[in-house]
Amino acid sequence: MSTTTNDTEAGTDNASGSGPRGLGPAGWLRWAWRILTSMRTALILLFLLAVGAIPGSILPQNVVSVDQVNSYFQDHPDLAPWLDRLYLFDVFSSPWYAAIYLLLFVSLAGCVIPRAVAHARAIRARPVRTPRHLGRMPYAARFTTDAAPETVLDQARAVLKGYRTERYGDSVSAETGYLREAGNVLFHLALLGLLLALAAGAFFGYRGNLLLVEGDGFANTLPSYDAIYPGHWTDTDDLEPFTLHLDDFEATFIEEGNLSGQAESYVADVTYRESPEAEEGRHRLEVNHPLSVNGVQVYLLGHGYAPEFEVRNAEGEVVFDQAVPFIHRDTRSFTSDGVVKVPDTGGEELGFVGVFLPSAVETEGGELVSDFPDARDPRVTLEGYQGDLGLVDPQSVYQLRTTGMEPLGSSPVMEIGDTWELPDGAGSITFSGYREYVSLQTNRDGARLPALTAASLAVLGLVITLFVRPRRVWVRAERTGDGRTRVELAGLGKTEVAGNNAEFHELTTDLARRLRSGPGGTPPSPGPDEGSGPHSPTDPPESTTTRE
Amino acid sequence: MTYTLAGTVDETMASASDSLIIAMIVTYAAALFLFAIEAAYGRRTKLKAGRLMPVGAGAAEDGADDAIEVNVRTAEGEARASQSVLGTIALGVTGLGFAMGVAQIVTRGLAAGRWPWGNMFEFVVALCLVAVGGLLYASLRYQARFLGAFVLVPVLILLGIGVRWLYVDPGPLIPALHSYWVPIHVTAAILAGGAFMVSGAAGVTYLVSHRAEARRALGERVTGVAGRLPSPELLDRISHRFILFAFPLWTFGIIAGSIWADEAWGRFWGWDPKEVWSFISWVIYAAYLHARATGGWRGPKATWINVVGFATILFNFFAVNYMFSGLHSYA
Ligand code: HEM
Repeated sequence: MSTTTNDTEAGTDNASGSGPRGLGPAGWLRWAWRILTSMRTALILLFLLAVGAIPGSILPQNVVSVDQVNSYFQDHPDLAPWLDRLYLFDVFSSPWYAAIYLLLFVSLAGCVIPRAVAHARAIRARPVRTPRHLGRMPYAARFTTDAAPETVLDQARAVLKGYRTERYGDSVSAETGYLREAGNVLFHLALLGLLLALAAGAFFGYRGNLLLVEGDGFANTLPSYDAIYPGHWTDTDDLEPFTLHLDDFEATFIEEGNLSGQAESYVADVTYRESPEAEEGRHRLEVNHPLSVNGVQVYLLGHGYAPEFEVRNAEGEVVFDQAVPFIHRDTRSFTSDGVVKVPDTGGEELGFVGVFLPSAVETEGGELVSDFPDARDPRVTLEGYQGDLGLVDPQSVYQLRTTGMEPLGSSPVMEIGDTWELPDGAGSITFSGYREYVSLQTNRDGARLPALTAASLAVLGLVITLFVRPRRVWVRAERTGDGRTRVELAGLGKTEVAGNNAEFHELTTDLARRLRSGPGGTPPSPGPDEGSGPHSPTDPPESTTTRE
Repeated sequence: MTYTLAGTVDETMASASDSLIIAMIVTYAAALFLFAIEAAYGRRTKLKAGRLMPVGAGAAEDGADDAIEVNVRTAEGEARASQSVLGTIALGVTGLGFAMGVAQIVTRGLAAGRWPWGNMFEFVVALCLVAVGGLLYASLRYQARFLGAFVLVPVLILLGIGVRWLYVDPGPLIPALHSYWVPIHVTAAILAGGAFMVSGAAGVTYLVSHRAEARRALGERVTGVAGRLPSPELLDRISHRFILFAFPLWTFGIIAGSIWADEAWGRFWGWDPKEVWSFISWVIYAAYLHARATGGWRGPKATWINVVGFATILFNFFAVNYMFSGLHSYA
């Protein structure tokens, strides 16, 4: 297709009569367009697309994990800023990667749209006139027969099943495989559609992360999130007003054998409302079973333990009674770290750094560790601090800023129900139990279904492109001087040669055999519309032109 | 929705499966040996015209009095390949190994009580099974058993790596793999990967044969396996054939994978290293198909793209699983 547009454009170039050197701005534009929409450029852009993706897999990416990028910055303080300047931590949203795929996008559009138009016209076209010299085709066969020319041509039509045929004088011209071009156009258009859908989804959607402790609820508003990643044009003040409540969570693990400790399943039972007025619904969230609520998907990403603490101040009043989510270090032991911050004690603020062991065991060295992810024997150890938590500045809930605080020492190893009396009568802290929490992700991406549709159409178009072989066949039958008929059959395939030639050869032998089986030929062909009944080898074709 | 997990592993099945894999490797090695002898010492024999074989100019059909005279305008002569009776035996032996492979996968699945391609080891074994299946298909359908040695070498290497370094006992799966999209996605990847492997092997064979032809054109004598290979055109067609099969499947596999990712991780595409590399492979094979339709790129250049494409598949499998930390918990 690029060749057809090229031809016409080259023509106009000459007609415009621009000088030998100076093409003029319009000429340059045409020239650039022609280069951009050529196959060769498409090929190079495809390579660039592949090569450009490589750093995106080798270096940590912000889209995948901000933490990994941060730790890369820490490990390579000199190199990282330079890489960052080249957008190498954001390859897939970088200007240079965007340049590659936008050029490909334009090239694709410039390629495929004219091609779609051309194909729309070609689709109704009749098979081309029979060329004069069939012997020049990639495949050409000839033989003579006693059958009359009319019989030969009728038989040829019967042999050319699935071809669109047209009679031209002493010959039949046949063509098949129009679908290939349609499939190819469909495939490329679907790719364009896919890109558009992805872009739209990225601009209007959002993704958010949150933790939810058993028994707690969540309302879909901006402040409820731990982190949220909105698209450029997402209105984060107007999120879907759904609410969610975590009723129960249960993780099961393989108990024995060498896979012991590997997770078997996670199940979270939630109740939700699409909006405050809507009816309550129930859903069982599992790893591959997200909840779809008000156009937003809610996913279960992970889980953890939230030990519960009760803190009393020096006067013995309860000033804190909460479950505090801890972060696990690994999934085999679920040894988890967390921080308890108690600002309102009536006196000095209190802070604790804690370690939670779900299945505590003592090693031979006397060290206490967790040997299983499930809570078989939960223990907590704490380090206490007293002073100023520094909460006026924003800070992470998982870190304690101890600069303005005095250490209070370490707690003993605590079982559920144990209380640690803080030194100097500063109060007490009780490990009163634990709850489990889940980490959830919400995602609104309007592109999901359009993208899936486009991708499926692309596969369909692809299969058609790759498996339909367009080809043309001509059969000519001429009387020779001695009263016999000379038959010529020629074939031209647009794709691979050998397979087509084998098929053309089959057509020839098929035709020759049919003509041989009825010496003197089959009955003279009836009118075009008389054919009826099932096709026997001698049946005439059903109409002058047959369609695929 | 989820797979029920057989808590216990069927030990008889597990050990049957482990014995079968060793027997299979030995069988393939024997077949490789026979194929290699055929390739090096067989007689160059004309192949029948067929689906991928060119119709020669002399393909006259002798009828009573209406002989067909055929005129074919292709540069390519008739297909010839080195053949000997050992090759027929090798094919039978390969078929035996293939049957063992099927039995091995079935017993392993029974042992673990789930679909049997749930970890790296199982994936490699299945990939090789598909490649050998592709070889058998090509041999029967396209008379292409001259690919035997070229396909069995990578198969044996991969199986060796699998048994030596990737082996794990059969057992249940982690929760992220409890989705019916996983078997669909992984099956597509395995089928496509196996076909890409056959295509890559045919591509390498093509490159060897292409060089041999170029040297012959310079008047050099080409001996050994290289001198007895079929024409590069034929090898190119076979290589292309397998990509025609594999590329749409790979595309479908990526789509199935993103549906699963959407269910499991809350996004259908997140540029995780594994995703990046399957995308790279996809783009490279698309480039291969384009190259075949671009002037000046057909032939060795396009074939090199094909070989690079298979290299990216292997890289995705080995390097990405071990070098980069991603969400794909397959390893
Ligand atoms: C995302 C980028 C693209 C992909 C993945 C892609 C993929 C493909 C595939 C798989 C085929 C089938 C090849 C075959 O028939 O064997 C094809 C054919 C084709 N593509 Fe693309 N393509 C892309 C972009 C483009 C662009 C930018 C152009 C225009 C310059 C283009 C022009 C063509 C043409 C003309 C064909 C037909 C080749 C033939 O007749 O055999 N494609 N493409």
